Amino acid sequence: MVNGKKLVVSASPHLRSTQTTTRIMLDVILSLIPALIAAIFIFGPRVIPVTAVSVSSAVLAEYVSRKVMKRHQTIGDLSAVVTGLILALNLPVSIPYWIAAVGSIVAIVVVKQFFGGIGQNFANPAITARIVLLLSFGPQMGNWVTPLSWKTAVTTSATPLAVGYGNAGAPSLTDMFLGLRGGCLGETCALALILGGVYLIARKVISPAIPLTYIGTVALIMLIAGKGDLGFVAYQIMGGGLLLGAFFMATDYSTCPIKVRGKIIFGIGCGIITSLIRLFASMTEAVSFAILLMNLLVPFIDRATIPKPFGTPKKEKKAKEAAEK
Amino acid sequence: MVKTHMAGVLSAVKKVRGGVKVHHHKNTAESEVVRMPAPAKVVIPMQQHIGAPCEPVVQVGDTVAVGQLIGDTDKFVSAPIHSSVSGVVTAIGDIKMPNGTLSKAVTIESDGEMRLWEGIEPPHVETKEDLIKAVRTSGLVGLGGAGFPTHIKLNFPADKNIDTLVVNAAECEPFITVDYRECMENSWDILSGVYLLKDLLGFKQVIIAVEDNKPEAFKVLKSIADHSLDKHDEVKLMVLESKYPQGAEKMMVQSATGRRVPPGKLPADVGCVVMNVASVAFIARYLKTGKPLVSRSLTVDGSAIAEPKNVRVPVGTSISEIIDFCGGFSKDPCKILTGGPMMGLAIVGTDLPVLKQNNAILAFAHDDAVLKPESDCIRCGRCATACPMSLMPTNIVRAAKTKDVSMLKTAGVNVCMECGSCAFACPAGKPLVQHMRLAKAILREEGNK
Repeated sequence: MVNGKKLVVSASPHLRSTQTTTRIMLDVILSLIPALIAAIFIFGPRVIPVTAVSVSSAVLAEYVSRKVMKRHQTIGDLSAVVTGLILALNLPVSIPYWIAAVGSIVAIVVVKQFFGGIGQNFANPAITARIVLLLSFGPQMGNWVTPLSWKTAVTTSATPLAVGYGNAGAPSLTDMFLGLRGGCLGETCALALILGGVYLIARKVISPAIPLTYIGTVALIMLIAGKGDLGFVAYQIMGGGLLLGAFFMATDYSTCPIKVRGKIIFGIGCGIITSLIRLFASMTEAVSFAILLMNLLVPFIDRATIPKPFGTPKKEKKAKEAAEK
Repeated sequence: MVKTHMAGVLSAVKKVRGGVKVHHHKNTAESEVVRMPAPAKVVIPMQQHIGAPCEPVVQVGDTVAVGQLIGDTDKFVSAPIHSSVSGVVTAIGDIKMPNGTLSKAVTIESDGEMRLWEGIEPPHVETKEDLIKAVRTSGLVGLGGAGFPTHIKLNFPADKNIDTLVVNAAECEPFITVDYRECMENSWDILSGVYLLKDLLGFKQVIIAVEDNKPEAFKVLKSIADHSLDKHDEVKLMVLESKYPQGAEKMMVQSATGRRVPPGKLPADVGCVVMNVASVAFIARYLKTGKPLVSRSLTVDGSAIAEPKNVRVPVGTSISEIIDFCGGFSKDPCKILTGGPMMGLAIVGTDLPVLKQNNAILAFAHDDAVLKPESDCIRCGRCATACPMSLMPTNIVRAAKTKDVSMLKTAGVNVCMECGSCAFACPAGKPLVQHMRLAKAILREEGNK
């Protein structure tokens, strides 16, 4: 006690960095703004209410579920906003609002809150919700709007991967870079997604390990599959949900490995599964399933990449590994 | 590579991985050490070091002088304690220490004269054994904050092949500047200390390591390294990146020599001895004068202190008197620390004595004392990136919750030096160092079952 007032006696350290969970989430939201703006230009103003419904459903779902489970409120950390936003970017602009809301509720309540809330989800909430919607509302989830057709009369079109590289009706690589192709409202504009991804890496929110290894693995496999055709590789990288997935969903903290070594394994795994599904299976949802499958393997990857404590001698490392087997 | 525009300056052999960048707050860097006048009384605890406590060798009513022995023990891991003022012993009893434990302490009322004990004379040192005996008699313990009896550290067996002395002038904790002031004000003592330790203990190389946020110290330390006494260029200056916890013992060994101290072992096991620069200077002064460790410099700073400065105080001076000497409180203090803000101890009040190993008193007002509110772990891994010991605090915390002993062992929780880098970096404000301490306790308990 000093001057009659008690002193705070807490454990060291007595300094903290200024980084908080909320600031990290704000950075993620900022990084997605380019993709959102691009979506409004490409797919029209309906993007705004779809996003609004998705985000508000997510926040409301988190608020209600935490209240029902008698846990402290976490909507202030903005992670529900991020989930709602990412989910919206994963939907076609024509999606009925109620389906978007269902998606958010599944993402927040089932994938996140049932397992303990932030940091405890076993799989990426947005990805899992997208898969659930795909399986439950196939036609609505596949109703792709032609880019820019909102200005005159809305028409539907197929996605680049469905049409196939070099076939009639396939968009040019420039169109794909700018996002002028059919698909989910947030996945089309490669430029916006790369800008957002670079921002996240520069702000040290995500490590470049997963985006580079994920995209790099797909590029390598497609280079071989396309017999060296670089245009084919670019088509594959910018097509589907790869850029959106690699930068914003595969990098979700709770569902990717912690150490860089683990992240590299994770990225390569996602890349291989994505490529195999795209080349040999008949679905265009490769990225979603690849990330989900790798999410399930993360506890094993983490276990395998626990670093040896400082100074563990190399011979002892081998003896330890032998003893643990 | 840290640029110093000087030839012959080394960079780290192996850079420290992990660690965190903290604000330096070196507000008192240019504040010359001011000698505080003798306090009216001192309370000198019998435990001011790692190891066994001393027993008082004086009685109530005895007249003592500065440097007179007042506490000793024949247990090996210990260091004798001397009176820091001249006067009369008025009490010997238990006091509550800053860390909450009880310790016997000798209270001496000062007569204001600061008379030196007549038995003080410079020790006769010609061999390593003489030096070890002298260092023990001086009562020297690690002045960088650790408080480990130095005579034990220097008394390494011949078969350990110790070839390197690392002089630790890093001072990586924010706010603290006393080691820097030692370099700027007492470089002669550092010079003598370096060369006498090198000669008597037979080091093949001496690396004086300093952080790059102290450019004024480079010239001084370089002139020590370039001195003509160093005929074979075995004393070198190394400038290291200013990153916390660069000054930690194991980090210093890695930076200076590239060697990594194995878990559970000491720097001596990889051929190194690390000594704080003030301890080195003290040995030189002791050999010259024979005056044991009875006073020390410390930094007084923090947003609640009116006149932050560096002061030299007799051991056992009350913290409240020292703060008064620095202008008292400018604002209501909310948190007061002994030591730096990363590893220092929060104290319950200022009616406590300053110990041999305290190198700072920091007092913070409310705005600096309130920390980030705690929220859920988001598994971001910043703690694992920050840990200089390559540990994964998030894993260890989860293993401790489920008392998973094998995971705690694999994760190496006992290697944790509680530096605080993980808790500093955590965006969710998790009190990770507390968790690590609990995890260590759980491993001890469960491991003994």
